[in-house]
Amino acid sequence: MADRLVIRIDNQRVEVAAGTSVAAAILALGQRSTRRSVSGQPRGPLCGMGICYECRVTIDGLPHRLACQALSREGMEIITNGNV
Amino acid sequence: MEMYDVLIVGAGPAGMAAAVRASQSGVRVGVVDDNPDLGGQIWRNEKLKPKSDESKIWFERIRSAEFDFIAGTRIVGQASENSLLGERDGEPIELGYHHLILATGARELFLPFPGWTLPNVMGAGGLQALVKSGLPIEGKTVVVAGSGPLLVAVAAFLKSRGAHVALIAEQAPLWRLGSFGLAVARDAVKRRQALALRAETKGIPYRTGTWPVEALGHEHLESIRLTNGRSTWQVVCDYLACGFGLVPNSELAGFLGSGIQTCDDSDPHPTKPVQARVVSVGESIGIGGLACALVEGEIAGLLASGQVDKARELIPKRTKDREFATVLAHSFALRDELKKLATPDTIVCRCEDVKYSALVNYSNFTSAKLQTRCGMGPCQAKVCGAATTFLFGWTDVSLRPPLGPVSLATLAKVQQPHPKVG
Repeated sequence: MADRLVIRIDNQRVEVAAGTSVAAAILALGQRSTRRSVSGQPRGPLCGMGICYECRVTIDGLPHRLACQALSREGMEIITNGNV
Repeated sequence: MEMYDVLIVGAGPAGMAAAVRASQSGVRVGVVDDNPDLGGQIWRNEKLKPKSDESKIWFERIRSAEFDFIAGTRIVGQASENSLLGERDGEPIELGYHHLILATGARELFLPFPGWTLPNVMGAGGLQALVKSGLPIEGKTVVVAGSGPLLVAVAAFLKSRGAHVALIAEQAPLWRLGSFGLAVARDAVKRRQALALRAETKGIPYRTGTWPVEALGHEHLESIRLTNGRSTWQVVCDYLACGFGLVPNSELAGFLGSGIQTCDDSDPHPTKPVQARVVSVGESIGIGGLACALVEGEIAGLLASGQVDKARELIPKRTKDREFATVLAHSFALRDELKKLATPDTIVCRCEDVKYSALVNYSNFTSAKLQTRCGMGPCQAKVCGAATTFLFGWTDVSLRPPLGPVSLATLAKVQQPHPKVG
């Protein structure tokens, strides 16, 4: 496995170390929120272990994926905060 | 459908210990976990770089054990009487078993206070998990708050990764921690761990009887207000790592009508193990710590593979290690002031943005849920359920399968545990 890989977060090219979770990659970019709540508040990861669903993002077209449990894969496309 | 003699849900220490012991007898063992790798929360990412003697030993043992690891698969319920239903990448997976061991661990207890929904307010274990999975924390200022021994372990870990830990705020008063200190001092392994943690957190203030009252910031956390009951002060920080102890992940056992343990706890000195087709072990039955999880996992693995005599030998150790659960619960009991942190506008159910004021007049969880949607979002009350139990004393928090959001393909295969007649 390559040491570094390239993913895209909200159409931005990001290089991360292999083994980096999608949640960690998003936060490392300086972006703190992963989604908007039903009343429009910014929310970011809370539990880090697949319980709270605050970190859900769209990964490769699949909505509601948990960023904290998804490992970055080469070429992965991630959309946060319901961005299009 | 894959069929296993012994199927283990959860690949943390308890699940790993169960897999090691069960596989020694040559039976077919499967371990399923929603994470990408073995280790659970406490040993996350330690497979190649173990951080303690115990994790080193158990990763060595598990390397030579023969079993299927079904990774990245979340169990959501039962598919039939002899099989569980899981989901991986939106696809249903059915896993059959003769014996089932539930080692589903625990989650953190999160309590609502003003600002707790701001990005960068996280669980203590939550921030640790994110850093272990690649979040850079070097140079960041972190306040660690809440309750329990986990806070110190998290502070030590974050410091080792270059974070500036401003302080550890433990809500329990100093006098309460005496029995915990005594229990730790009496146990050689726990004593060694505690001394190591003390050295690793040198220079970080440990404030007992101190708790957070408000997280401040606009789009994200900027500072935190803390109190010791007499005065209140503010600390500027990048992250708040805050957990008020642990909550057993007992939902799956509830679906299966199980919750049977390896020993009968109505007997203070059990001499023989309880044999059952489905057993729960480790943190999922009550927070007892690592040693307890390991020995219960071992016993369950031995029993499920017919090694009853070996299981029996471990019972006294299990009884002793389980006692630690009582000590933990007593020492880190949550203070009543924490019930009054939320204001009427504070969100309690984060999935549905249900405020404290909308809930306070209900007398139980079921009616609050029906009227306000509290607990009906994707987390299925795994956050607000424990919080409202603490805040309002609601004891009727329950959920039905599936355990979380699933695809339609998976939903079609979920078996309801108690079909209604008529």
